[in-house]
Amino acid sequence: MSVTDSTKPVGIEVSLAMAEAVKLAEAEVVAAYPITPQTHIVEHLSDLVANGELEAAYIPVESEQSALSACIGSSAAGARTFTATSSQGLMYMAEMVFIAPMLRVPIVMAVANRAISGPINIWNDHSDIMSVRDCGWIQIFAENGQEATDLSIISFRIAEDKNVMMPFILNIDGFTLSHFIEPIVFPEAAKVKKFLPPYETTHKLDLAKPMSMGLLGAPEYYAESKKATDNALLGSKPYVQKAFDEYAAIFGRQYKLVETYRMEGAETAIVAMGSIAETAMTAVDEMREAGEKVGLVRLRLWRPFPVEEFRAAVRGVKTLAVVDRHFTPGFPEGPVATEIRALMYHEDDRPRMSNFILGLGGRDVPRNHFKYVVEKAKDLGAAGRQGQYEMVGVQE
Amino acid sequence: MSRQYLKSAEVPFEKITAKTFPKGPDSLASGHRACQGCGEVLALRLLVKALGRDFMAVSATGCMEVCTSPFPQSAWEMPWLHVAFENAAAVASGVDAGNSILRKKGKLPDKRIPVVAFGGDGGTADIGIQALSGAMERYHENFTYVCLDNEAYMNTGIQRSSATPFGASTTTSPAGKLSKGQNTWKKDMPAIAAAHKIPYVATASPAFHLDMMNKIRRAAAIPGPAYIHVYAPCPTGWRMKPELSVESSRLAVNSRVFPLYEIIDGQYIINRKVDKPVPVAEYFKAQGRFRHLTEEDIAQITERVNQEYEHLVKLSETFNEPRY
Repeated sequence: MSVTDSTKPVGIEVSLAMAEAVKLAEAEVVAAYPITPQTHIVEHLSDLVANGELEAAYIPVESEQSALSACIGSSAAGARTFTATSSQGLMYMAEMVFIAPMLRVPIVMAVANRAISGPINIWNDHSDIMSVRDCGWIQIFAENGQEATDLSIISFRIAEDKNVMMPFILNIDGFTLSHFIEPIVFPEAAKVKKFLPPYETTHKLDLAKPMSMGLLGAPEYYAESKKATDNALLGSKPYVQKAFDEYAAIFGRQYKLVETYRMEGAETAIVAMGSIAETAMTAVDEMREAGEKVGLVRLRLWRPFPVEEFRAAVRGVKTLAVVDRHFTPGFPEGPVATEIRALMYHEDDRPRMSNFILGLGGRDVPRNHFKYVVEKAKDLGAAGRQGQYEMVGVQE
Repeated sequence: MSRQYLKSAEVPFEKITAKTFPKGPDSLASGHRACQGCGEVLALRLLVKALGRDFMAVSATGCMEVCTSPFPQSAWEMPWLHVAFENAAAVASGVDAGNSILRKKGKLPDKRIPVVAFGGDGGTADIGIQALSGAMERYHENFTYVCLDNEAYMNTGIQRSSATPFGASTTTSPAGKLSKGQNTWKKDMPAIAAAHKIPYVATASPAFHLDMMNKIRRAAAIPGPAYIHVYAPCPTGWRMKPELSVESSRLAVNSRVFPLYEIIDGQYIINRKVDKPVPVAEYFKAQGRFRHLTEEDIAQITERVNQEYEHLVKLSETFNEPRY
């Protein structure tokens, strides 16, 4: 009897639930190197392989560089492939992270988001993933344990879709999501099999049809290669939503590219990503109760960026308080705010916008931070001032 | 020496002789862009010819990768994958893991697929040594690693590596008023590979092509990881006439500079005994990279070469305790 056999919610640590979901997805190769706070995911996968619950090859590599290298190899061989990392590990494998999309290998990688050194810090923010933002993978942020579990299955479906064939990063906040025990409803194994059939592809190393992968791209072809890869990434967006819809049809949990919370009649919107959106929702409830016309917009899909969906979500809003969990040293705004400002620039009724850096290196993000950013964004907007980030709560 | 412990030596493979030399088209197509007289591409071509096309190849970034794969052309007739410089061993280990699990699950025919990674000396002894060590230690079943050693970073312009021999002038270990060129001794990669207790390690030279081709056949046949260190003369980087690649390969072996040996299940076996070595100076003569060396320098190098050779002989005469 496995936890995934239960039809009722199971209290389980999110990392373990994700590993169980990867088991339900029948991953065939897992290559990983331990790094906090990703460890519980790969430890549990090792257990599942060791106990025969998951028929897979677990490659205990000697570094993250080799973790992703081995994953590229196994995915190129045609095996469903999973890995997980964090922070310095993502930095260490960065070279391969940027190569994988061009090879069109549909690896799924969970990133338990953690601050990057220095100083060394094992706690949560988004500086790891934002530092490889332009790697070309599909990138998604989960908010809670159920979502992380579901996405651990859906991500394979999207990545391996023959119209997509792109590697996929599933971001979960380190510790604040990865290490929490939550009630999880596991999708039924038989239904998962239907939703996610075995991985079949002709885009692989095959003795019968030999193919060379990873050729040199000289100046006359490099740009074409990059454009083709970006076309694939941009083109993946409808298939992300399609997979969400089909998952909802079978399992009843509907996900969207951009989530909104209490945005009806909202004049101010908080924009956030990841697990702090849960705290933000509570803060929004309290502010709404106090008469504040505020809502929350959460980006679930980060790459390809859901441009139209985001614009639609904030239409009519006067003020945006954009939250970043990373900042761009030497630039006035963090990465999320910079992108949103760029997206809104040509809109006729673009909102005033302010940027707040929250929760760096695991700093606690309580509800009153969201109340603070809403007030501050309104004030700055009213005064016509905007454009320099504020690191909330920093002691200078 | 009791042969009963050399289990891996008993693994059958189809031996190549002058009479049974593989016919038919090459596995590495002509038209690649290697330099004139390149000894590395000669070795590579013969190695893959020995394997045929029923294997998967992985390349590290380097001369051989660049000259064989400018999009939209590829010289590789078998499935081939290149990812980056330092990770060929890790990529190959992933390919093998993928093949193996798919075979186990019945998604691939139940037949071994050798996976062979090729790297240069920089990609092997320097930047790739961690990935290689990891792959050898993890004991991937169908994994063979070939180091094509031209003794410097030739692709980037003849910079020294840890496999550059003592005294060689390169662009980052130049001979000068205060320098004799490379001032460190060549890293002993076969010994490092052997320290991983893998079943098969060998050195090979394109001047002894049947020996080299049989070594890769044996490496691919033996279950478990194998490492082959191939001497790969680079006329461009060694400042040598292009027609002398094969001759320099022969001299390297016959001067004891690059002895041919195998380490099977831990047991050293010298394939070509060199009782009367050609003088090292004879080997150096054609190569501009050694031109600055004095007689005393060469005498010092010769002493070391002989020491290392004698050490190999002793190892080959020593019976290694079986580990199986």
